[in-house]
Amino acid sequence: MAFTLYSLLQAALLCVNAIAVLHEERFLKNIGWGADQGIGGFGEEPGIKSQLMNLIRSVRTVMRVPLIIINSIAIVLLLLFG
Amino acid sequence: MAYHSGYGAHGSKHRARAAPDPPPLFDDTSGAYSSQPGGYPAPGADVAFSVNHLLGDPVASVAMAYGSSIASHGKDMVHKELHRFVSMNKLKYFFAVDTAYVAKKLGLLVFPYTHQNWDVQPSRDVPVPPRQDLNAPDLYIPTMAFITYVLLAGMALGIQKRFSPEVLGLCASTALVWVVMEVLALLLGAYLATVRSDLSIFHLLAYSGYKYVGMILSVLTGLLFGSDGYYVALAWTSSSLMYFIVRSLRTAALGPDNMGGPAPRQRLQLYLTLGAAAFQPLIIYWLTFHLVR
Repeated sequence: MAFTLYSLLQAALLCVNAIAVLHEERFLKNIGWGADQGIGGFGEEPGIKSQLMNLIRSVRTVMRVPLIIINSIAIVLLLLFG
Repeated sequence: MAYHSGYGAHGSKHRARAAPDPPPLFDDTSGAYSSQPGGYPAPGADVAFSVNHLLGDPVASVAMAYGSSIASHGKDMVHKELHRFVSMNKLKYFFAVDTAYVAKKLGLLVFPYTHQNWDVQPSRDVPVPPRQDLNAPDLYIPTMAFITYVLLAGMALGIQKRFSPEVLGLCASTALVWVVMEVLALLLGAYLATVRSDLSIFHLLAYSGYKYVGMILSVLTGLLFGSDGYYVALAWTSSSLMYFIVRSLRTAALGPDNMGGPAPRQRLQLYLTLGAAAFQPLIIYWLTFHLVR
């Protein structure tokens, strides 16, 4: 498997897009991963599942606008250069 | 050794950069004006002659001053942007090594079984540089080992008559991408398992980079002693690297609060350390087996 840095960037963009399309109401709530379902006890350790839900929610919130810009640039470049 | 030759190349680059006296940019054509009538060209010729003899033309001096100001402005801009992303002081800490430390650390990477004390010295306000603490991670060995690995891969491919310059770049970028992916996976695992320690990105990069030493030794043994030597060296360096990583990360990741941590979280951290250690032989084999056929 020969990787280049460009393929790493492509894979990262695709992964972040995949996280961004997980809809809050239609999908995450149905499998119990919604944003307001993670506040369990107020103990010390959050646990893996609540950490993961926090991560998904923060990625969706933070990367919403930059992803629009980066995806538009990628679409234009791929249309022009293949 | 590869390290000294790396230093020597840097030294010669510095000497070349301080070379004196650029050659004259323009030919001195001010002498041609003296044949024209009128008094106007004569003062121009005098000014041209009175300037430093290397710059035969005032325009050349203005152009050179403009160019050097642009270059210094560009350098300042690059420094400013770089300082925004990477803190230079933290990076300089990882390169504060000396020869004795490098020699002892390389010996530790190959044979870590007799080392007794794995604790990093506690830091009061400034972390103890690797020069004074053998257990502290550094970035000098991983960087040099990476460059040596790329050169060695080129040589091994050349011996098998499969060499071309593109393959060298592909090998280098493949190894770099695997290191980046491993560091990202470790960061994700540390976040999910809520490991509260002072392991920064550079620490993880250092521990990931130590596998290049094992790769170099395996490839060298494979080139010298054939396929059997390669597998023996692979087994030995993999086991010593796994032992080294488990011992180092256990004392570094658990940190000061390993007493009051609940049991499942400590188990998660142990799984993370073991997973990181088990990944090393796989990636060493994956990145080197095509070089030793």
